[in-house]
Amino acid sequence: MSMTEQKELLQVHNLETTFFTDDGAIPAVDGITFSLREREILGIVGESGSGKSVTSLSIMGLIPSPPGKITKGEILFEGKDLTKLKEKEMREIRGNDIAMIFQEPMTSLNPLFTIGKQLNEAILLHNKGWSKKQATARAIEMMKLVGLPRAEQLIKDYPHQLSGGMRQRVMIAMALVCDPKVLIADEPTTALDVTIQAQILQLMRELNHRLNTAVMLITHDLGVVAETCERVVVMYGGQIVEEGPVSEIFKNPQHPYTKGLIQSIPDMRVKKDRLYSIPGSVPKPGSIEIGCRFAERCEFAFDRCTKENPPIYQTGEQHTSRCFLVEEKERELNV
Amino acid sequence: MSEPLLKVTGLKKYFPIRAGIFGKEVGQVKAVDDVSFEIRQGETLGIVGESGCGKSTTGRSLMRLIEPTEGEVFFEGKNVTKMSKEELRKARRDIQMVFQDPYASLNPRHNIQKILEEPLRVHGIGDAKERKEKVAKLLNIVGLSSYHAQRYPHQFSGGQRQRIGIARALMTNPKLIIADEPVSALDVSIQAQVLNLMKDLQEELKLTYIFIAHDLGVVRHISDRVGVMYLGKMVELANSEQLYEKPLHPYTQALLAAVPVPDPDFKRETELLKGDIPSPSNPPSGCTFHTRCPFKMDHCSKEIPMLVEVEPGHSVACHLYKDGLNNDNNFAKTEG
Repeated sequence: MSMTEQKELLQVHNLETTFFTDDGAIPAVDGITFSLREREILGIVGESGSGKSVTSLSIMGLIPSPPGKITKGEILFEGKDLTKLKEKEMREIRGNDIAMIFQEPMTSLNPLFTIGKQLNEAILLHNKGWSKKQATARAIEMMKLVGLPRAEQLIKDYPHQLSGGMRQRVMIAMALVCDPKVLIADEPTTALDVTIQAQILQLMRELNHRLNTAVMLITHDLGVVAETCERVVVMYGGQIVEEGPVSEIFKNPQHPYTKGLIQSIPDMRVKKDRLYSIPGSVPKPGSIEIGCRFAERCEFAFDRCTKENPPIYQTGEQHTSRCFLVEEKERELNV
Repeated sequence: MSEPLLKVTGLKKYFPIRAGIFGKEVGQVKAVDDVSFEIRQGETLGIVGESGCGKSTTGRSLMRLIEPTEGEVFFEGKNVTKMSKEELRKARRDIQMVFQDPYASLNPRHNIQKILEEPLRVHGIGDAKERKEKVAKLLNIVGLSSYHAQRYPHQFSGGQRQRIGIARALMTNPKLIIADEPVSALDVSIQAQVLNLMKDLQEELKLTYIFIAHDLGVVRHISDRVGVMYLGKMVELANSEQLYEKPLHPYTQALLAAVPVPDPDFKRETELLKGDIPSPSNPPSGCTFHTRCPFKMDHCSKEIPMLVEVEPGHSVACHLYKDGLNNDNNFAKTEG
């Protein structure tokens, strides 16, 4: 694999998204830097409150404002900084270049219109001058692409007549009608049953391969990451704590949080008497001002962890970790 | 062997489908359709299945939170389905539930003291002082502190709320706890904490659990025996080891194969299931799984397979095993 040779399609630089609430300014995303490469599937993994969804909404320009606002940093896509675009320009990018699918397909579909009408609307919006007939033909083609059976009849159905898995396929079809370069999928399979989840993940891998769409997959499930992604970004408390190729992260996690997270998954293949569990709970966003966000739950924490903010260390060619332990280890090796 | 703590025979729950302005019954949803099983004192029975398989309805029917259509439930030899209202109220002291969503199952206007005391007041146990002591004691047991009693649900995190939900279930010193998806709303790191807590409590207090969940990994870690449900029927019931190492029913095999494995080098061997779960209001004839089954035979769409014990402790409802385990027709047998 030549992951290094792939061009960077989307670059997020020092992004900070703040929510201004009655309790003060809360940085939900706090200075993150990463990039999405051409044709890859990048996983963004984290628990609730880690900032993973806010990251994706920031990229799409969909942060509800007020109370939210991008307060720092830039998001570069094809030479343009998305954070500086006007709403009208952003609308051009959304759908045409960057598309998004969400967790619950039922809330993203309009219950009053048929599937066909909704797909047509998306197609006609982005292909000015097309006839309705052309649009319908394209809709049927897209539905076949995402593996929906009886597409010709299905376009006459309403969303409630479809199952959860079929609805998510419709959402994927809708996201792909304009052949976007980037697809952001925010927990696309969380609301689905396991057997259906497996189908949707397989579909996303196939489409990524066939259409060369780069995918940013946001999930809380490390199992989904292991099966679907090439690289992964681990988020905690609004920051990126570790980043690297999936194979390396699972075999050789560098950050204690990643380690703990991997160990606490109840793996179906082995029976453990006790599961490893990370003590405590996720801190409220913005509650920790100085020091490592994970320090109070970390079994390896030492003085420095609560007094200084750990920088990002390079631990491998493509592997980084935001933890002082990297420095400690190196020091030990040098002595 | 001693008498089972709970024995369920032929449990059915059909919900009517009504239509028209007069609410005429036009059909039935067979949410639970002829389910039988037993639980011994001190063990954990896991019930797994996808949405609409009837696992939650089963859990609720046992306590008659939903009145079963047919079938019998024996708790310590007494027939729960025949109990009068008063008898049932008393029996519910011994059977308690823990629910999925700790945000929805705790009254936001009551403080924790009041929430936890409620079961005691309902059952008329203890005076004010004793109740207060009991609340403090149980908060400690589930890993919280007695000063938490004065707080309100919104002041707690999801994991802490689920601990409160567990404490509430334990207030009446129950023998059996029915936990319906108790950890599925929690983050992975918190989920492990709650699972470990439930295991510890089981040992300390000699509890018996029915653990209903859709996550097969979670179920394996907590259960001694596991039942797999599909469209209202129990299709396989076995010791946890047997079920995960040697699943027999094609549905169980497919279900296990669909779980994402946290190992990038893992290669999947079994093919993915095609199609969707059929609607429970109009289930397929014969074996309800035949529409998706890779090993479907002619008579599968005609005859309903019975749950039969094919080896000690391992029952399966599938025509492939009609003549026992060691048959050439057992295509579905797993290798290795």
